[in-house]
Amino acid sequence: MKSYSVLLVDDEAELVYTLAERLVFRGIDTAAVTDGNAVLNILDQREYDIIVLDVIMPGLNGIELMKTIKQNHPKIQVILQSGRGTQEESIEGLREGAFDYLVKPVDIDMLIKKMDQAMELSNR
Amino acid sequence: MNIWQWLWKKIILDGELESLEGGDQVVRYHRLWRRSVLMLSTFCLLPLFIMTAANYYQYRQAMHQQMIQPIYRQTSNMKRSLAFLLEERRFALNFLVRERSFQELTDQKKLGETLKHLTQTFGGFVDLGLIDSKGHQISYAGPYDLMGKNYAEQDWFHELVLRGALVSDMFKGYRNFPHFVIAVKCDDHSESFFVLRATVDMDILHQRIRALSLPPSSDAFLINRDGVFQTPSRFYGNVMEQCPFEIPPLSESTEIIEDAFLDDHPYILAYSYIQQSPFIFIAISDPSELQKNWFALRRELLVFLIISIIIILTLIIATSTYLVSRIRDADQKRNHLFHEMEYTNKMASIGRLASGVAHEINNPLAIIYEKTGLLKDLLSMDNDFPHKDRIIRFADSITSSVERCRTITHRMLGFAKHMDIQMESVDLTLLIQEVLGFLEKEAHYRKVTISIKTSDDCPMIQSDRGQLQQVFLNIINNAFAAVVDGGRIDIELKSVDQSNVSITIIDNGSGIPKEYLTHIFEPFFTTKKNYGTGLGLSITYGIVAKLGGRITVDSIVGEGTTFTVTLPVMKTIIG
Repeated sequence: MKSYSVLLVDDEAELVYTLAERLVFRGIDTAAVTDGNAVLNILDQREYDIIVLDVIMPGLNGIELMKTIKQNHPKIQVILQSGRGTQEESIEGLREGAFDYLVKPVDIDMLIKKMDQAMELSNR
Repeated sequence: MNIWQWLWKKIILDGELESLEGGDQVVRYHRLWRRSVLMLSTFCLLPLFIMTAANYYQYRQAMHQQMIQPIYRQTSNMKRSLAFLLEERRFALNFLVRERSFQELTDQKKLGETLKHLTQTFGGFVDLGLIDSKGHQISYAGPYDLMGKNYAEQDWFHELVLRGALVSDMFKGYRNFPHFVIAVKCDDHSESFFVLRATVDMDILHQRIRALSLPPSSDAFLINRDGVFQTPSRFYGNVMEQCPFEIPPLSESTEIIEDAFLDDHPYILAYSYIQQSPFIFIAISDPSELQKNWFALRRELLVFLIISIIIILTLIIATSTYLVSRIRDADQKRNHLFHEMEYTNKMASIGRLASGVAHEINNPLAIIYEKTGLLKDLLSMDNDFPHKDRIIRFADSITSSVERCRTITHRMLGFAKHMDIQMESVDLTLLIQEVLGFLEKEAHYRKVTISIKTSDDCPMIQSDRGQLQQVFLNIINNAFAAVVDGGRIDIELKSVDQSNVSITIIDNGSGIPKEYLTHIFEPFFTTKKNYGTGLGLSITYGIVAKLGGRITVDSIVGEGTTFTVTLPVMKTIIG
C-alpha cells in the first residue's frame, strides 16, 4: 500500500484505464482521465500527489498543461510519458519541471519506481 | 589509337579512376586535358615558330651577303688594279712620243736605252718599236728580229690609226707567242704620223691575278670581248683558247651572276670590263663551298627548334596533367561532399519517418503491454482459474514480444534523435577500455582475445564521451558477433596527421560480402535476420559524422572485417 495518490492523463482510454487498474491492484490510489482539459477541474476538487501525463493529446500540449498545473499546484510531481520520445521534448519537459520523461510502452515496475522517487523528492 | 589517346592513357588515366568515375567523366577530363595542351601549345609554340622563321631569313640574308661580298670586292679591286697597270704604261709611251723627237726614236741605241729604263721603272715591257705611217717598223729594240716588219695589214694597226692609242688583246703575231701590245700614235708636222709600239709580257697580268690567293675551288682569269682566254684558267682552258662561258653583258660596274650553271654545276660569277682595254676580268666561286657554313647554321637552327619544341611540349603536358589532376581531385572532393550531404539528408528523412512510425506504434504497443500486464495481474489473484499457468505463459510471451518491439521502436527513436553534443577532452584508449569493460564477461566466456595498441603520438581529442561510447560499443559488439569462440579482435589507435586520429577495429571473423559493404551504414540494413534491427551501424555512422569524423569498412569474406573510425582532434560540430 503506497501512501501517495496518482492521476493518469492520456487520451488512449484503453491504456489509461488498464494502467490505472493495475496500479490500484498494487495498492496505489489511482484515478484516470482521458480528457486533458478536465484535469484542472479535477484538481480543484481533489489534490493528487503525482500526475502521469501524456505529452501528445488531441488539441492539447502536455507540457503546456503541466506548466499550468505546476503554477496552480506546485507540490504535484508530474511524470511525462510519450510515444515519440524525442530528446528536445524530453529536455523541454524536464526544464519545465517534470520529474521524469518516459517513452511508451512503460514497464509498470519502472513507473512505480519513478513515482516512489518522485515522492521521495517531494517529501524531502 | 591516336597520339592524344595514347598520351592520355599513359599519363593521366589509371584503371582505378576509370572504375570509380563514369565513362563520361573520363571523357570530360580527357577533353579538358587535350584542350589545355592544344591551347598552351599554340600560345607557346607560335611565337617560337615566328621567331625561328625570322631568324632563318635574317641568317640567310646575312649568309648571302657573306657569300657575295668577298668575290664582288675582289673583282672590283682587280678591275682598278688592271686598269691602272695598263693606263700607267700607256701614259709612259705617250710621254715618250711627246718628249723625244722622231730622230731620237729612230736611233736604235737610244731606243734600246729607253726600253731598259721603261723595264726598270714599270716592268713588263718586252720590246719597243717605232712604226711609220705605212706600217714599217723603222726602229726596234728587243729580243726578237722584227726590224723592217710591216704591220699595215694587222688589225691592231688599223684600230690604232683610228683611235690614236691602243691596248690590244692577246695574239701570236710574228714571234708566234701570245702577247699583247700597247701602242700610241703621234702626228708629225707633215700630216703624217708614226707609232710607238711596246709589247707587254703576258705574265704581268697573270701575276696580278695569281696574287689573289684564291681558294682551291675558285678561279679568276681575263677574257677578251670575243670570249677568248687572255690569261690561263685553273679549270676552264689556257691562253688563246675559247672560254666555255657566255660572254657577260657589257657593264661599267662590277656585276654578279648568281645561280649560274656549267655542266650542271652551280657557280657564282663576278665580272668587270677593264676600261680602255679589250679585257674582261672574271672571278668564279663555288657556292657549295660557301654554302657549307649556311647549311651548318641551318642545321643548328633546326636542332634548336626541335629541342625547344620537345622541352615546351614536355612542360605543357606536365602542367596540363597537373592542373587536370587537381581539377579532378577537387571534383572528387566536391562529389564526395555532395554524396555525404545527400546521405545526411536521406538519414534525416528516414529519421523523421522512423520517429513518426515509432510514435504511432508505441501507443498500441503500450495498450497491448498494459492489457497483458492486467491479465497477468488478474490471473495471479485467482488461484483456481483453469489453465492459469498456460495463460500466464502466453501472457509472458506477448509481453516479451512487446518488449522486443519496444526495443526496435526505441532504437528507431534513437536513430532519429538530434544529438546534443557535449564536448570534453577524451582519452580514446581509456574510453575503449571502458567500453570493453561492458563486454569483459562475454570475452572471457567465449575466450575472445582483445588487444589494444596505441601509438605514442596519439593525442587526447575534443569530443563527446557518451556518443563515442555508443559508437565503439556498437562496432565492437558487431565484431564479437562476427568472430567465433576463441577469435581475435585487435584495436589500434594512431595519429593520422596533426588534426586527425584513427581507431581501427580488426576482427578475424566471417567477413562481409562485397555486395553488402556499400549498404551496411544504411538504416534497416541487417544480415542478422532473426534479431538485428539494422539500425546499429546507421546510428553509428550518424554519430561519427556529427562528431566531424568518418567511418569506413573493409572486409574479406572468411578473413575478417576492419572498421576504421577517423576523428578530428579538435571538433567543429556539423549541422
